[in-house]
Amino acid sequence: MNIINLENITRIYQVGSEEVRALDDISLRIDKNEYVAIMGPSGSGKSTLMNILGCLDTPTSGKYDFKGINVSDMSDNELAEIRNREIGFVFQTFNLLPRSNAFHNVELPLIYSGMHSLKRKEIAKETLASVGLEDRVHHKPGELSGGQRQRVAIARALVTNPSIILADEPTGNLDSKTGEDIMLLFDAIHKQGNTIILVTHEEHIAKHAKRIIRLLDGKIERDE
Amino acid sequence: MSNYIFELKEGLIIALKAIRANKARAILTTLGVVIGICAVALMSTTIKGMDIAFEEGISSLGSDNLYIDKWAWFSNEEFWKMRNRKNLKLSDYEKFKNLAQLPIAVAPTLWIVKKVEFGNNYVEGTLITGSTNEYLKTTNFDFDEGRFFSAIESRSSRNVVVLGKEIADHLFKSKNASEKYIKISGIKFKVVGILKKQGSNLLGNFNPDKQVYMPIGAVFKHFERASKRSIAIIVRARNTSMVEKTKEEAEEIMRRVRGLMYDEENNFSINQQEGLTQNYDKTVGVIKIAGLFITGLSLLVGAIGIMNIMFVSVKERTREIGIRKAIGAKKRTILTQFITEASTICLIGGVIGLILAVLLSMAINKFLPTSIQFDTVILAIVISLITGVLAGFAPAYTAAKMDPVEALRYE
Repeated sequence: MNIINLENITRIYQVGSEEVRALDDISLRIDKNEYVAIMGPSGSGKSTLMNILGCLDTPTSGKYDFKGINVSDMSDNELAEIRNREIGFVFQTFNLLPRSNAFHNVELPLIYSGMHSLKRKEIAKETLASVGLEDRVHHKPGELSGGQRQRVAIARALVTNPSIILADEPTGNLDSKTGEDIMLLFDAIHKQGNTIILVTHEEHIAKHAKRIIRLLDGKIERDE
Repeated sequence: MSNYIFELKEGLIIALKAIRANKARAILTTLGVVIGICAVALMSTTIKGMDIAFEEGISSLGSDNLYIDKWAWFSNEEFWKMRNRKNLKLSDYEKFKNLAQLPIAVAPTLWIVKKVEFGNNYVEGTLITGSTNEYLKTTNFDFDEGRFFSAIESRSSRNVVVLGKEIADHLFKSKNASEKYIKISGIKFKVVGILKKQGSNLLGNFNPDKQVYMPIGAVFKHFERASKRSIAIIVRARNTSMVEKTKEEAEEIMRRVRGLMYDEENNFSINQQEGLTQNYDKTVGVIKIAGLFITGLSLLVGAIGIMNIMFVSVKERTREIGIRKAIGAKKRTILTQFITEASTICLIGGVIGLILAVLLSMAINKFLPTSIQFDTVILAIVISLITGVLAGFAPAYTAAKMDPVEALRYE
């Protein structure tokens, strides 16, 4: 069953008087339980593709079906709801709320989905335990190591049980040993039946994925 | 609905965290609102206090009284016209009293200003009211000591006086005053009674506490020539509902007493306390509006401070807003969050300002009458909340419409 179906997606930015074609007529399908890496040099359009896949941005033209629903011209609020329920984000810079502890960071997507407090707390706790942080629940991001912070971010991405997990350079700010640990965690998450899309420019990270899509100048150069 | 409560609760938690994270800034920002709310609350308690004091003061004068006078107290009548009226004489009063059916009391009055002395103590410029024993029935006076002068003392123009509380305190300090003699322009007067504290300072020298009362005959005998001064006649109606009828009767009788033809204008005026109230409302009304406007301005400055700091806060937390949007916060959620934050700051400021106002008004009460009303408290809280919502809206809206991609990229 395919989750993501992009048809002729183009995204043009207006920079001053110049038009930048960040994505140029891209078509792409990703099925359930795939483990995909998107690769390419900087400026190749992989961030833009990631933003569109993550419903953070909408294409200038083309059609994006997410689980059979056309999301390319949804309103901001509808997109927010899709992001909340269907997509889990993991960022290079972790992007945790600095003043909130690990538990609250993980709980937050469930608050936005309107889940009842008791159930929410239970699920958040379970998810934190599943990434091995049951004893760091009340620590703030500043009190955690890089690897631990990324685990909190992964727990936050997993907590709503989303259809896809989008990870943008998840090991970019980690040393290679910790980075490898995090990749093993992704592998495990994939084995549990999750769909993972990884954006990276490092070959050894991309090797964890089962499929590698290479971008160049806004076009798909190779898909293997 | 329950979603909305979640968002509100979350907004409140975030607000408190943000305030705690920037303590110095929050305190300074809140200070603007504290001062604003304090000023507004203080102003309104002072206004309330003045109103209450005025009402108390005026009721000590007796609210069902009519004052027949050569002069109209509050009118647009030309001064020279009234000046040319014939003086009201004691004989006019006597004729009027004999003819009037409706009033329960009629008393003549004449005011003079003199220095009153007892031993080494004296009060300069004391208002002395000359009248008859019936004057008492036109007031609501109670006595600390003694009594009002009697009908016999009044008729025979005896040298007796009744003192207002403040005058008595001044002259006798804590000593017993009854049956003692005071001097006015070197003439001895026996003190027969001292009034209980009555009125309020808003009545100025007309406050009974600052007056001396004596038989009107004694005034004419020692201080004034009857032909020179015009007296006034106080007429007490049976009750409030009878005031109008009593006034009509009084006008009719006075026209007869003054020998006016049917086509001649009244050469006297019938005044009512209402005029005093209207006059009070007119002057104090302006002060009220000006006061509230000026104190309102200080609140506005406070609100602008909040708005300013909220804009800074939104800018600083651009990334946080991006994160929240990425994980599913809707526009409304972000809007609620920042408005709640601004409102919380304002509310805290409002409560502190209010507490400060209560404490200050207790201190001010020693000089100016103040009165803290429940509605003032509620109003202050509501105003501070509204201030927060209004001041928070523009910054919150900026935050809500941020593009998540841009916001996440913000360093």
